[in-house]
Amino acid sequence: MPVHRYEKWWLTFGIGTLAVFLAVLGLRAFASGHTPPGSVLTVDPELIDTIAPWNAPGVYDRGDRVDVYLVGQAFSYAPNRIEVPVGKPVTFHAVTKDVVHSFTIVGTTVNMMLIPGYANEATYTFKAPGRYLVLCNEYCGVGHQFMQAEVIAQ
Amino acid sequence: MTAIRSPIADAWARRHLTVAFAAVFVGALGGLVQAFVRAGWMTLPPWLDYYAVLTVHGVLLALVSTTYFIFAYLLAGNGRTLGDLSPGGRRFVALGFWLMTVGILLAAAMILAGEASVLYTFYLPLQAHPLFYIGLALFVVGTWSVAYALIRQYFDWKKAHPGERTPLFAFMATVTLFIWWIASLGVAATVLFQMIPLSLGWVSGVNVELSRTLFWYFGHPLVYFWLLPAYMVWYVNLPKIIGGRLFSDALARFAFLLFLVFSFPVGVHHQLTEPGIRDVWKFFQVVLTFAVVVPSLMTAFNVFATFELTAREKGHRGLFGWIRALPWQDVRFLAPFLAMLFFIPGGIGGLINASYQMNAMVHNTLFVVGHFHVTVGTPVMLTFFGASFWLIPNLTGRTLPAGARRLGLVQAILWAAGMLLMSIAQHALGLMGAPRRTAFTTYQNHPVAESWFSTPIANYATMAAGGALLFTAAVLMVGLAVYLAFFAPKAAPDRAEPFPLAEAAEEGMQPALLENWRLWLTLAAVLIVIAYTVPLIDIANHGAPLVRGYRTW
Repeated sequence: MPVHRYEKWWLTFGIGTLAVFLAVLGLRAFASGHTPPGSVLTVDPELIDTIAPWNAPGVYDRGDRVDVYLVGQAFSYAPNRIEVPVGKPVTFHAVTKDVVHSFTIVGTTVNMMLIPGYANEATYTFKAPGRYLVLCNEYCGVGHQFMQAEVIAQ
Repeated sequence: MTAIRSPIADAWARRHLTVAFAAVFVGALGGLVQAFVRAGWMTLPPWLDYYAVLTVHGVLLALVSTTYFIFAYLLAGNGRTLGDLSPGGRRFVALGFWLMTVGILLAAAMILAGEASVLYTFYLPLQAHPLFYIGLALFVVGTWSVAYALIRQYFDWKKAHPGERTPLFAFMATVTLFIWWIASLGVAATVLFQMIPLSLGWVSGVNVELSRTLFWYFGHPLVYFWLLPAYMVWYVNLPKIIGGRLFSDALARFAFLLFLVFSFPVGVHHQLTEPGIRDVWKFFQVVLTFAVVVPSLMTAFNVFATFELTAREKGHRGLFGWIRALPWQDVRFLAPFLAMLFFIPGGIGGLINASYQMNAMVHNTLFVVGHFHVTVGTPVMLTFFGASFWLIPNLTGRTLPAGARRLGLVQAILWAAGMLLMSIAQHALGLMGAPRRTAFTTYQNHPVAESWFSTPIANYATMAAGGALLFTAAVLMVGLAVYLAFFAPKAAPDRAEPFPLAEAAEEGMQPALLENWRLWLTLAAVLIVIAYTVPLIDIANHGAPLVRGYRTW
């Protein structure tokens, strides 16, 4: 199969930049720990109101870090006013009681899917105080556009 | 290459095109309504749910118009290169067409009745009416029947012409249909074994993450099923339209085979922000996702080399002087060329979406909506529109009059302008956090959400203005399609608008490898097994509780 000289250059350049790009992604992922949200912890959506920690959603300050437990359901979050400190890593642990939702804090890297049957988690350190909008960006029903909360970082 | 006549395949191609353009019209109307609602320019009456409109828009444009157009194009092109359908093939096409059409009418009726506002991804545990899923299943089975007839036609030809190079069109059609076949097994599995049993009450719960993984095993190769026929227009038809020959036949075939191998083991890149799949497997599929960059780069090279060589053969010189020689006033060229330009930001956006970490910045925001409107919405749709200007009169024995050509140029430019406005707004709004698939809301006048209405360019009004241009272009296109099908001047026998089939400048030797289907299909299967076995075993081992169905609309 004859390949034109220019095409060889073109593909070498293309594949070369691709390899560098993927190497950067891989280094960030496995050397610096920049991985997307995820969890393999299973949770029964029918039992969320009765089992810890989901039966007491809220903010738990652990000293050098903060855990936030959240429950999503059509079409709200509990809690829907989340006060967190600036400068400390905050891990958001979230579940859904019914259909698929997301927990998304606009303007941050916290953007994760809530899949019934599993918990999910994402960690973020707020650098600036402010009122951050939380919204659901996975269609969940007729009131999807009303599903919101607020993170107050201070 | 002389075109062969194939009246039976042509008749079925015409029927498929009729459904395709009907879907374009209704689907585009849905798009207009959504854009206006979201901008706050319009309020829907209480009996019409925004999400039902959104479901109609997605199902009709992404699933119906594409599939029917593709089948029409492949039926016609296989007819021109391999000959007409056999009596058996004809029965499979007829059966497939009616299964698909009855299925989609069932699904559409359920959506319009408000029984299936589950969007075109119908994620569990949203639970629609059983007839919606049964309609989808009939649709998929129908596509298998049509695809079988076309694939069979190719292999029958191959058997009847031992040692001959198969026609490039039919070779590419076969790759495209294999991708559809293999991909749709995933969606068929979740529809047949999870959604239908759940909606009929045969089971009380389903594994949601399993369903999503099966869905996306289908959902990403699906985009290559849309894209490859547009590539076929660029590879097989465009060189002839500009009066040239395809730069390289062998490399075109090789690019398509790379798509066949690399289309499937990538679906998890749609699931990067969800639980149930380990990081290492997410990363592995991200790497494989980027493999399709290679055949796309090969396509870009081959197509632009064809343009340049053709212009130079006609005596045009200079580093860029040849660009002027291209037939810019010919809609059959301009529409697919504009379509190609949109694929540049389309491809770059895709790199961003699929890159492991950056995905979290854009996942499920309007950025993604902008992305698929500059991939399937323009590179694919505008190419199909441009092809309609020769495909329809060719199939109806008519000519393409100068007036229709000129209106075609207006159509292509309107579509491109509308899409430019809309997609820039969507990409920018997505980066500002605006969610996709969401009805009008200011999130209780939250300042962040209010900025989506007021930032220059990056606002819902820009998006709606683009949507209005796009709807105008869609109406014009449907009008032109009707004109070309029923009212354009009848051509004398054998004088209809031709089906442009290019020869290759560089036939090259045909390595036997390129026609070794067993090898390429095995490679595809091996990659699927490697990419999916462990993630599926993991999901089974997690034993996540089964979840009941919900109707939240």
